[in-house]
Amino acid sequence: MEANTAQHTAPPQEPVLKDVIPVVGPGHNFETISEKISAIVLTQRTPITLFIGLGMGFLIIQMLMAAVTALLYKGVGIWGLNTPVGWGFDITNFVWWVGIGHAGTLISAILLLMGQKWRTSINRFAEAMTLFAVACAAMFPLLHTGRPWFAAYWLLPIPNTMAIWPQFRSPLMWDVFAISTYGSVSLLFWYVGLIPDLATMRDRAKHWVVKMIFGMLSMGWRGSARHWARYETIYNLLAGLATPLVVSVHTIVSFDFAVSVIPGWHTTIFPPYFVAGAIFSGFAMVLTLLLPVRYLFNLHDFVTMRHIENMAKVMLVTGLMVFYGYNVEAFMGWYSSNKYEGFMIYNRMTGPYWWSYFLLIFCNGVVPQVLWVKKIRQNVYILWFITLIVNVGMWLERFVIVVTSLHRDFVPSSWGRYAPTIWEVMLFVGTIGFFIFMMILFVRALPMIPMFEMKTLLPESKVKHHKE
Amino acid sequence: MTEKTKLYGLMAEFDNPQAIVDATNAAYKAGYRKMDAYSPFPIEELHEALHFHTKVQYIVLVAGIIGGLLGYGLQYWTSAIDYPLNIGGRPYNSWVSFIPITFELTILIGAFSGAIGMILLNGLPQPYHPVFNVPRFSMASSDRFFLCIESEDPKFDRRTTAEFLKSLNALEVTEVEP
Repeated sequence: MEANTAQHTAPPQEPVLKDVIPVVGPGHNFETISEKISAIVLTQRTPITLFIGLGMGFLIIQMLMAAVTALLYKGVGIWGLNTPVGWGFDITNFVWWVGIGHAGTLISAILLLMGQKWRTSINRFAEAMTLFAVACAAMFPLLHTGRPWFAAYWLLPIPNTMAIWPQFRSPLMWDVFAISTYGSVSLLFWYVGLIPDLATMRDRAKHWVVKMIFGMLSMGWRGSARHWARYETIYNLLAGLATPLVVSVHTIVSFDFAVSVIPGWHTTIFPPYFVAGAIFSGFAMVLTLLLPVRYLFNLHDFVTMRHIENMAKVMLVTGLMVFYGYNVEAFMGWYSSNKYEGFMIYNRMTGPYWWSYFLLIFCNGVVPQVLWVKKIRQNVYILWFITLIVNVGMWLERFVIVVTSLHRDFVPSSWGRYAPTIWEVMLFVGTIGFFIFMMILFVRALPMIPMFEMKTLLPESKVKHHKE
Repeated sequence: MTEKTKLYGLMAEFDNPQAIVDATNAAYKAGYRKMDAYSPFPIEELHEALHFHTKVQYIVLVAGIIGGLLGYGLQYWTSAIDYPLNIGGRPYNSWVSFIPITFELTILIGAFSGAIGMILLNGLPQPYHPVFNVPRFSMASSDRFFLCIESEDPKFDRRTTAEFLKSLNALEVTEVEP
């Protein structure tokens, strides 16, 4: 212990840049990192706010249950969907949730491969967010089938008495495989990342039941050097596999639209613009959740201003990409000289849903520009408010794409309108409750910051090579 | 603690990564082979000091290729052989449309085989291991580093090995019950 402290006060070997905020606050050593992070789960009193949040989440889940029950009892007719708008809230919410999930994989996989050390303290939190967001997303297309238990053999290649198979040429099938692979691989990546920390929790737990639960979950991990060698190889490979996966998932989600012939959907810009939008909304959601948690558990040493500023910068960049996408859509409406494409963008701006288009431009195009200012990036209150606006903006983006393109297509005789019913709103709000509920359980039950990875950030974890 | 009981090994405790890497290097030089080092976080130099190299990455490569072939095979067989359907005049083997699912299954099977392979090669899940008999070993997951020379090593001798470990500036040398 004394040796550690002595080493820690020694100047670090890497050159310290002036004005760069460290990724770990000062005064930490191996033991204090374990202590501080594990204490949230093992010893600290649970803040009352968490109970209130959990209770609210639980109540909102009841609303979700009611909406699902009504849907399964009566059928999709209780939703506001009708020809020509066959996709409304369900697909809007599906794409919104999947997009939110993408930040978790981006932070944990892509930033790992790029050697961005600051990712370490937020990656597990963001990955948990991914898992719950994907779970929320998956509910919508499944419930949209109306009878999910019959949908099994349309969605998956399950041998059945009719001897038919799913239609693999359809983007909707690609979507089934993309989302289920994404959900499974995210869960795996998250669990593999947790194993060494579960062992730490096992060793620090006092109560035998807690010890046993963490003991079983950690599978007897003991930190052997041989185990670590295999572990690190696989962890990096999983990151390498998750990186193209996350890009492919939102690309395939955009194919659901782009492969069709509907004006406003049939464009090649959709894949990159969807992926950028996913990262944009995901980082916004990470900040929306992380800032209160950081305050609640006093995690200022581990989630420093550096993390917050970096995330704000990613939001600014991806926000600009998304805004570029909106402008290209408008430009192509004119430049393509295609009557339908031109009408689509005109209808978006001046049709019955004009408010959603301009609100979208305001939320995603105008508001994020304030992030150019460093003072705002470092002001957690303003930043938190901006992330909420971005979350709304990204939801509106999907609403605009789904509804305004569908409601007025080629022939005026087939035009129509769409408005959600109370059941669709209840279902949507219900998934938000489910998401909050699960996040609170995660924060309370598992170490939300990877302890072993945080230790490798300390200067005393470095070993000098001997020339012999 | 009688002389008759057979030990699993002798365990030395260190309090910083540099010390454990140096000690492991020294033990390897002294001719010990059946040993393992334990640390709370990955230290690349440590498995190099044990001269251990993993081949677990090949599992991912092979499983990924199998996954891709399975993915394409599934689509080809169902759409072109078992139940050919003419969809908008597209060929039965519409390979372009089959790429996304082929890709997803490559990733899915590669990732799962790799992670499960890593866990199984590590001998996990393993509810019991002798090193846990050392009470201070619970600190191996927070801030202590351990080197355990196992009694199976031909050079192992209860007295000389203990003295050797003490000479490496270990904080404490403990006998590990089997």
